[in-house]
Amino acid sequence: MTEPSRSTALLLNVDGLSVDYKLKGLSSRAIDGVSFALRAGEAVALVGESGSGKTTTAMAIAGLLSPNARVSEGEVRYRGERLPINDDVAMRPHRWSETSVVFQGAMNALNPVHRITKQIAEPCILRLGLSRSEATVRARELLELVGIPADRGAAYPHELSGGMRQRVMIAMALACRPSIVIGDEPTTALDVITQAQILKLFGDLRSKLNLALILITHDLSVVAETCDRVMIMYAGRIVEDGTVADVFAQPKHPYTQLLIESIPNPANGKRMIRPIPGDPPNLVNRPSGCAFHSRCPSAMTVCATEVPSLDEVRRGRVACHLHRPLTQEDKVAIHA
Amino acid sequence: MPDTADILRLESLQVHFPIRGGFFDRVLGRPAGAVRAVDGIDLNVGQGEIVALVGESGSGKTTVGRVITKLAQPTGGRLLFEGRDMTSERGSSTLRPYRRRVQMIFQDAYQALNPRHTVFDIVAEPLRSLRLVENHSQLTERVSEALAAAGLNPSGDFFPRFPHELSGGQRQRVVIAGALAVKPELIVADEPVSMLDVSIRAQILQVLVDLRDKHHMALLFITHDLPLAWLIADRIAVLYLGRLVEIGTADQITFNPRHPYTVALRNATPQIRGDADRSKLPALQGEVPSAARVPKGCRFHPRCPLAFDRCKEEEPPALEVGPQHMSACWLTK
Ligand SMILES: Nc1ncnc2c1ncn2[C@@H]1O[C@H](COP(=O)(O)OP(=O)(O)OP(=O)(O)O)[C@@H](O)[C@H]1O
Ligand SMILES: Nc1ncnc2c1ncn2[C@@H]1O[C@H](COP(=O)(O)OP(=O)(O)OP(=O)(O)O)[C@@H](O)[C@H]1O
Ligand code: SF4
Ligand code: SF4
Ligand SMILES: [Mg+2]
Ligand SMILES: [Mg+2]
Repeated sequence: MTEPSRSTALLLNVDGLSVDYKLKGLSSRAIDGVSFALRAGEAVALVGESGSGKTTTAMAIAGLLSPNARVSEGEVRYRGERLPINDDVAMRPHRWSETSVVFQGAMNALNPVHRITKQIAEPCILRLGLSRSEATVRARELLELVGIPADRGAAYPHELSGGMRQRVMIAMALACRPSIVIGDEPTTALDVITQAQILKLFGDLRSKLNLALILITHDLSVVAETCDRVMIMYAGRIVEDGTVADVFAQPKHPYTQLLIESIPNPANGKRMIRPIPGDPPNLVNRPSGCAFHSRCPSAMTVCATEVPSLDEVRRGRVACHLHRPLTQEDKVAIHA
Repeated sequence: MPDTADILRLESLQVHFPIRGGFFDRVLGRPAGAVRAVDGIDLNVGQGEIVALVGESGSGKTTVGRVITKLAQPTGGRLLFEGRDMTSERGSSTLRPYRRRVQMIFQDAYQALNPRHTVFDIVAEPLRSLRLVENHSQLTERVSEALAAAGLNPSGDFFPRFPHELSGGQRQRVVIAGALAVKPELIVADEPVSMLDVSIRAQILQVLVDLRDKHHMALLFITHDLPLAWLIADRIAVLYLGRLVEIGTADQITFNPRHPYTVALRNATPQIRGDADRSKLPALQGEVPSAARVPKGCRFHPRCPLAFDRCKEEEPPALEVGPQHMSACWLTK
């Protein structure tokens, strides 16, 4: 959907990643066998129900999981090099300048006792080796870039609105010119006009600096506007992966279909939206078979017993028994 | 609208914060100004009415909510609840019953939850301190009910968890459950579903609408999302830099906006389906608005595509443009 980027070097490779949380002696698997690749300049959306494991995926990639979490399987490679994602200290050189994260709830991640400008300047001094005054200049520029008058940088975090604090966090994430930005709901607190400005900023950085973007969001219109590809998560697994155009026009997985159907649309007067019946599955006692089967309108007998694997299909990937994976012959035919 | 049916009234409400000048301002001895977060707002919410307050980031929405819930003190104007002036009420004898009747769902689900308390204790706290339950089994029942209404099922699974053991959307639902548990007559909900997927969002909105339908609860729904406001509200009020620029029924504001800012807002709201045209970015230009530097005249004039000379000098009053429909623009007659 965007102009071809200069280089499409493989930046990130997430391979069979699984994370378990321990709570009161019980272990629950928050993400299970997550695999995907990210290229320079690419923008991929990660979409899914609340609690489906999006933040866990982001935090695992950045090596920032909480103390009660454990990467039980899989690995993450950055430009081919395996990242020490289980080791906070060893991960430090990789953060900010390679991968930076705009945290969910970022508006609360700022230090309450320091002025805004100082907080943005800090990583520039540490990572880019700028002097304090150079870093202050850069911080002021970054504030203007995210639509906050540079003078307001003299304020303390509690003196800014929620959306302004969120934009300060975006400015910080961009401060050290990272190659990958993982935005975990980075624009949830922003109105469309401010949001469009931020999304345009991301777009400019992609085309000028080949920035790669992983965007976690519930807002499918943001996905449509910003991303090339979208991955749908359900109960800790990627269940569908394809181009934005394909997934929105012809969703393959029944969960994706229901998700897209429940978008309200004032244009056709559809007012009250219909929730997907049933509750998200319990992660401690995972249901057998397909995690969606108790809520799926197309469920078959096999769905209750066999976990569908995420297979390549004609366009993209999908994990559902309704979709037959490509056979060797199909693949030959497609490539011919 | 008949006054008697109003549960809430804001009259010329004003909240100014003293400005914190930068280093240069202090050195150069520039005069300290004010952040005019809320700058003269008149708004009423009827009993059992759902009013949405929309506006861009920094326009003053949260500050209005904090005044209503007595967390911020206005620097001018009045706050009336059922006709009673609450502006200067401070005593706990009036505030405790007020808190039972008026609850806020906070915007920042990360800040609103005490990190050292379990989900159970967080939702139970107002029930205990407002003495709304008589014994522990009643308490457990109310907490459980509220969590389930907020879509946290089975609720018992969440009782012993701490906020940092929840996903973002789960935290937001704990904040919602805290307000629902009290069964207030007015909820000020500040971006309450921003972190929820469309399905859970639908479930929560249905709960709020049911509370209105069955218990006549009133709702001031703060959001930056116009389609969402349209979906839930009877009326929509549009805030720009601390002032209401337009107010009308949800359909009027969404489909027939009159104020140039509302028009820009609507035009910038992307098509929700995948065929969105990403080149159609909003047409608004000009400097970034700031409540610390409110422009003279019509505060929207530096960005307004229709601005003319008068707009730079005189602030337009809110004028009636239709039944229940007001707009503050020199072009509306
Ligand atoms: N520190 C933790 N300890 C135990 N469980 C956790 C912890 N953090 C997250 N979880 C659980 O893991 C699951 C996945 O959480 P995660 O934060 O990744 O979800 P998410 O997809 O980001 O959801 P949301 O959209 O609500 O932010 C959830 O069920 C959550 O309750
Ligand atoms: N305690 C405070 N001290 C100084 N300025 C403040 C304070 N609280 C809010 N402000 C300022 O008041 C203005 C309005 O803030 P408010 O939080 O009400 O905006 P909002 O409409 O809720 O924005 P958002 O959509 O980003 O949450 C902003 O310019 C903000 O910086
Ligand atoms: S595998 Fe079966 S239950 Fe799961 S989504 Fe496909 S049809 Fe539905
Ligand atoms: S008064 Fe003038 S500047 Fe303000 S909205 Fe109307 S036309 Fe635009
Ligand atoms: Mg999350
Ligand atoms: Mg706010």
